[in-house]
Amino acid sequence: MKSFLMGTAALAALSTAPAAAQQSVKIGFISTFSGPTAVIGNDMRNSFELALDHLGRKIGGKPVEVIYEDDQQKPEVGVQKSQKLVESDKVDFVIGYIWSNVLLASLKPVVDSQTFLISANAGPSQIAGEQCSPYFFSTSWQNDQTPQAMGTYMTQKGVKTAFLIGPNYAAGKDMLTGVRTTFKGQVIGEELTKWPDQLDFSTELSKVRAAKPEAVFVFYPGAAGVQFLTQYAQSGLKGQIPLYTAFTVDAITLPLQKDLALGVPGAQEWVNDLPNDANKKFVADFRSKHKNYPSFYGAQSYDAANFVNSAVVAVNGDLTKKDAMRAEMRKANYASVRGPYKYGNNHFPIQNFYLQDVVKDAQGNLTLKTVATIVKDSQDQFHDKCPMKW
Amino acid sequence: MLLFIEQCLNGLQFGLLLFLLAAGLTLVFGIMDLVNLAHGSLYMLGAYFAATFAAWTDSFVIAALLALGATLLVGMALEVVALRRLYGRDHLDHVLGTFGLILFFNELVRIIWGPAGLSLPLPMWLIYPIEILPGLFYPTYRIAIILTALLVALFLYVLVMRTRLGMLIRAGASNREMTGALGVNINLLYTLVFGLGAALAGLAGLMQAPILTVQIGMGENILILAFVVIIIGGIGSIRGAFIAAVLVGLIDTIGRAFLPDVLRLVLSSRGASTVAPAMSSMMIYLLMAIVLVLRPEGLFPVSSK
Amino acid sequence: MIASLTPRNVVVAVLLLLLAAVPVYAAVTANAFLVTLFTRVIILGMAASSLNLILGYGGMVSFGHAVYLGIGGYAVGILAQEGVTSGFAQWPVALIVSALFALLVGALSLRTRGVYFIMITLAFAQLLYYFGVGLDRYGADDGLTIRRRSQFADLINLSDRTQFYYLCFALLLATIYLIWRLVNSRFGMVIQGARSNDRRMRAIGFPTFRYRLTAFVIAGAICGLAGALLANHTGFISPATMHWTRSGDLIVMVVLGGMASSFGPLIGAVALLSLEEALPILIRAMAFPVFGDAAVRMAEYWQIVLGPLFLLVVLFARGGIDGLLAGARRG
Repeated sequence: MKSFLMGTAALAALSTAPAAAQQSVKIGFISTFSGPTAVIGNDMRNSFELALDHLGRKIGGKPVEVIYEDDQQKPEVGVQKSQKLVESDKVDFVIGYIWSNVLLASLKPVVDSQTFLISANAGPSQIAGEQCSPYFFSTSWQNDQTPQAMGTYMTQKGVKTAFLIGPNYAAGKDMLTGVRTTFKGQVIGEELTKWPDQLDFSTELSKVRAAKPEAVFVFYPGAAGVQFLTQYAQSGLKGQIPLYTAFTVDAITLPLQKDLALGVPGAQEWVNDLPNDANKKFVADFRSKHKNYPSFYGAQSYDAANFVNSAVVAVNGDLTKKDAMRAEMRKANYASVRGPYKYGNNHFPIQNFYLQDVVKDAQGNLTLKTVATIVKDSQDQFHDKCPMKW
Repeated sequence: MLLFIEQCLNGLQFGLLLFLLAAGLTLVFGIMDLVNLAHGSLYMLGAYFAATFAAWTDSFVIAALLALGATLLVGMALEVVALRRLYGRDHLDHVLGTFGLILFFNELVRIIWGPAGLSLPLPMWLIYPIEILPGLFYPTYRIAIILTALLVALFLYVLVMRTRLGMLIRAGASNREMTGALGVNINLLYTLVFGLGAALAGLAGLMQAPILTVQIGMGENILILAFVVIIIGGIGSIRGAFIAAVLVGLIDTIGRAFLPDVLRLVLSSRGASTVAPAMSSMMIYLLMAIVLVLRPEGLFPVSSK
Repeated sequence: MIASLTPRNVVVAVLLLLLAAVPVYAAVTANAFLVTLFTRVIILGMAASSLNLILGYGGMVSFGHAVYLGIGGYAVGILAQEGVTSGFAQWPVALIVSALFALLVGALSLRTRGVYFIMITLAFAQLLYYFGVGLDRYGADDGLTIRRRSQFADLINLSDRTQFYYLCFALLLATIYLIWRLVNSRFGMVIQGARSNDRRMRAIGFPTFRYRLTAFVIAGAICGLAGALLANHTGFISPATMHWTRSGDLIVMVVLGGMASSFGPLIGAVALLSLEEALPILIRAMAFPVFGDAAVRMAEYWQIVLGPLFLLVVLFARGGIDGLLAGARRG
């Protein structure tokens, strides 16, 4: 019901003046703002808004207007909202996309209309490869990269056998594939669970117990991450078999996972304590405004705002100069909170990945800490399949 | 072997949770002939109430009891205010009317509690596993669910089979007109039965909350399974609901547990992971379709009106 | 159709004229999105009309009708994925597979009645839904993007929004006409008779099962075609299209618009869209004098009015909007 009702746009679209001359920059921000993963969407929105505040509510010197749309974590809603943003609201940039399946469904209408799509999170392998587009840029990563870093780390730690668990959708599959690429030990079991409905992992955890691996790698973003860790502890596996994660323990889930997350390492391209100036300002201002730490979702959204700004500045606000904007974007010429990085031919970042661990800070609060750099200047493995060359 | 036992326990636990939801549904359907799609909303309210009361009282058990009471009240109020006007009408009317109620409750919950959902943490004494067989550790909380649901099943059995109220319920289920003609206050009976069904749904909702979810629309997926259960078991039959629910729970869990490995013999690992849960879900619906074609009254039909 | 100037006929005529004028208006105001919006309404109106044949006229409450939207959509999607982008191949496949599935479901289900029929149609719909979820090669749960619309050589270019719109509109009108002819023939008389008293019809000598099955198959096929249109329109198909809640949406459109009436389902589809826009405005307008600025936030929760509205329609306006327009009418 909801998807039908919410998925069609307003009749009020009737009289809005269409080409309201390029006096402002219009951005469509599409994320999840309802359901259990709304916390992620809110974190992204808060970070994006903070970035706009830092930019003086101007992009490239022009006032900015943001339209937020809720994809309800569903591909079919996401594609409809994306269509609405480019066709009805006629935005200049579409930013956001937490979920890889939503992004995959929504890519075509946006890039076909020659609107820039900046993914502030999802990084499916297809878009890094055959479906790469001159109108697509990522300020996050390619899905496989993060688990690849974790796979490298697990090998470094001498893990011989591993069991992989993740959700059965585009990103989940990418994650498990990523670990397999770099993990040199033996994968003795792999389970993909129904997403997002299945939150009961008892079946899979029973299999883990029976298989007796040396380690378990898991990818469960958002609320599912909380449930997984809870059930992992309940089944008695915590303390017996170490967990290695990607995107399962972050600033959003940590307050709910609490002590269950202590000692559970994760790999990330950004952690809140990275020592560059942009990051220090971002984290400090975010904390003073919202009390908790921003998550990597937020960091990527903050970057997206500055990224777009750098492009619009380069063309002096003339948004019709898309090729010039693209040229500027390819330089990654802005102060990213993860530090400087470059773009590969498929418009995905070539960047470092760090090991994050959960520790207690001076006040006894749980926080994430960078422990080591696992890999430098990592580039995704699909860039060869992308026909773009520049 | 231990793995198989563990998976059976998982299936049993899921099935029993399903039973709690289905029991209320089959009672209401069997006695008042009411198709109540909003049953899933009562399940959702149970979870939301429990999460809220737990945050206020810091006690899981007190919160659970309060939530049960609250859901019972909401259920009875709902029956008196809205649902009793639907008695005697076409099933299509029930479906549409209660479908509207689903929308209403989803939105009401969104207004009161916000769009993001809540969480209900488990008390520490329920978090860790116990060793129920040598070498077999099983989460304490899930054992608690199994035991609670079995107790409730026993309670329902005693209620329906051994008390006067139960006798009235059974009479109402097999012949409504006669029961009314015999001077029983049918309105009150119906309200009580509906309240009981609501409380059962709320119990199911609050029990799964710590390990699964408290979010808007959470009742919709499991509601459809509950309907499958009561069709297979026989409308109006609590015994049928029990057996069918456990059956469905086992099929779903064992299917998800062992089907991927079986399929991996013929498909790729990814393919197996995608096809397996779909197949076990399909098996459940296939079972219902077969029952409907061969024995439409269900496996344990209540005597006809 | 006898064209007398009853309120209902006037409303229908105006509605049809407005719908026909949408692309023109959109061109004038340079708002192409309007066409996109109303194309969807028309396609869903077509699907709802097909459901009306069996639900409104035939009394067969199928809770699995959205499944044909999925079948039609996947016919287009899967064939496109495998390189067959010709509409001449895709659309007949959509029609035939839908008809065959309807034949199977109908043959097994139509022996049951009441809630059992509802549940068994639901069961088959969920079976197919989960089958779609298991289609690893075709996107499974994530769905399938359809890169190219159905190609019809030089006959018509579906990528042209306006041409596509008028094609859908033409198919909608053809559907309504076809159903009107069916319903007003002996065939339709048997279906409607079987709805009110099946035993009597059989006693008179009509093999009602065969008639009802035929209606079921026709409805399924038409909905399959609507599914092919929908997939072209959205450029995307996923199992979610077949979920039981979507079948619920279709039922709502039929009942809200008016069962057993030619244009009721279309009115229902339009009404739901209008409600989505009108309700927030209405709430804002009514709440403003009392709540001031808070009225804007209150308007966001418009769905809380929609739910009880259905219940009220069920209780007091059983004939739907069409019924209200035509005067007192038993549903």
